[in-house]
Amino acid sequence: MDLSDRISKQVLTTKLDEIVKWARKHSLWPMPFGTACCAIELMAVLASRYDLARFGSEAIRFSPRQSDLMIVAGRVCNKMMPVLQRIYLQMPEPKWVIAMGACASSGGVFDTYSVIQGIDNFMPVDVYIPGCPPRPEAIIEAVLMIQEIIAKERQEI
Amino acid sequence: MAEKQTIELPVAAFRAMLLNFGPQHPATHGTLRIKMELDGEIITKATPYIGFLHSGFEKLGEHLDFNQYVTVADRMNYMSALNNDIAWHLAVEKLFAVEVPKRCQYIRVILAELSRISDHLVFLGTHALDLGAFTAFLWSFREREKLYDIFEMITGGRMTTSFTRAGGLWADMPKGFDDKVLEFCAQFPARLQEIEDLLTRNRIWIDRTKGIGVISGEEAVSYGLTGPCLRASGVVWDVRKAEPYSSYEDFDFEIPYGENGDVYDRYLVRLEEMRQSVRIAEQAVRNMPSGPVDVDQSKKIRLPPKQKVYTEMESLIHHFEFIMPGKGPKLPAGEVYVPTESPNGELGYYIVGDGKSKNAYRARTRPPSFVNYQAFSKMVEGRLVADAVAVLGSLNIIAAELDR
Repeated sequence: MDLSDRISKQVLTTKLDEIVKWARKHSLWPMPFGTACCAIELMAVLASRYDLARFGSEAIRFSPRQSDLMIVAGRVCNKMMPVLQRIYLQMPEPKWVIAMGACASSGGVFDTYSVIQGIDNFMPVDVYIPGCPPRPEAIIEAVLMIQEIIAKERQEI
Repeated sequence: MAEKQTIELPVAAFRAMLLNFGPQHPATHGTLRIKMELDGEIITKATPYIGFLHSGFEKLGEHLDFNQYVTVADRMNYMSALNNDIAWHLAVEKLFAVEVPKRCQYIRVILAELSRISDHLVFLGTHALDLGAFTAFLWSFREREKLYDIFEMITGGRMTTSFTRAGGLWADMPKGFDDKVLEFCAQFPARLQEIEDLLTRNRIWIDRTKGIGVISGEEAVSYGLTGPCLRASGVVWDVRKAEPYSSYEDFDFEIPYGENGDVYDRYLVRLEEMRQSVRIAEQAVRNMPSGPVDVDQSKKIRLPPKQKVYTEMESLIHHFEFIMPGKGPKLPAGEVYVPTESPNGELGYYIVGDGKSKNAYRARTRPPSFVNYQAFSKMVEGRLVADAVAVLGSLNIIAAELDR
């Protein structure tokens, strides 16, 4: 058999950035910034029934320096926002953010003097999840949306 | 020849090291910050800083009416939202001087006890996770998912349920609910035993927990500890027995207590409490009284049934008035405090009504986590840094309840 014929049957050719994106989107390392109720539901997503590992995102890292996806779960208060901002800045590029639940997205039921009315006032957010707290299926959907964003993004390598 | 000089190095000043624990740390379960002064690996001083999750719960209590506030009360101790709901509405009902029917009380008891189990399961899972045991986390969340199914069946929500109303419940039990609870109660003790087999006699677990964070009975009382943390120190005090509410006097159950008041005893007390909760829930299902769930309409604190709203003029007017701001039932003037036994300890609401509006004039919470957290410094001082994680896990501090 001709050599080029054999290669075309066994080797897949693609562009470099495509393969990097493909690898990136299936190996997200989330950092849970859990403050309140949503954090418990986030735990449920990682546990047996919903099992986020099926989508390649189970490698939870509590250090921002090792992770590329931040999940802000719960309400963020005035006193906590500088901490969140600093942790966000500590994450290496490329990075994505999910605002999980009504509180992180918009303040939710806590329209009070101390709660930040949506973290997007202070930092970029890629995907918002509605719900108080969102169901685990919604969180999985959000991770899939992040994967879509990664696939469409133009990345310089 | 030059005189020999000695330079004194400030060794002592360098010995103490300042360690910031939190506010973003996996073992803090939310947002706690502890400033620790270390001598080598020994904690010489631990100062907790709180307020990172202060969301203005008590102020919201003055702006939302007594039925609306239940949505916020849910989110205080979100691991056992139903206990908060029940405590809030018990206080409201006491202010209105009404008592809900027996059937309602029994359903509340079932929900409160199942919530207690779900709270203790999170404690068990995350406490074990903090100390390096991952399997217990997965197994306890498997059981918790079953409880979520039960809650979803009756309340429509998994976690934040907002199920109780002043003078009753949002709805009666659905068909098949009692069977589902009994099914859970039948299989749960064996599953709990499996989790216990992983930990209770595990050498590593015992080394990490036994004799750590000890607090004696007298000290626990003087710090105002309640709940499993108090009972682990040998003080047998449970609001459900001492001051029964919601028909707890009808049920046969025991109060588990420990001897040493260390992390290990707090773990054992919680395990036994889960078994007792199963007993109570089973009894409540088997002896469920028949009858209405809500107080009768003459009290005018509960919405009229939808069927009547559509057919009777009187009920329609009542319904409108109930919903409209400035109308409807007003909280009577006076003040009440109702303590309840939440999974973490005594949870009570103190409400002041002014007789003019549906909103409370003042809605104060007595959260168990806030009071229990005081003892943290006492428990960790003189211990290793790693023990701080074990003690924090055993106190089961819920940041939302702590900061409110």
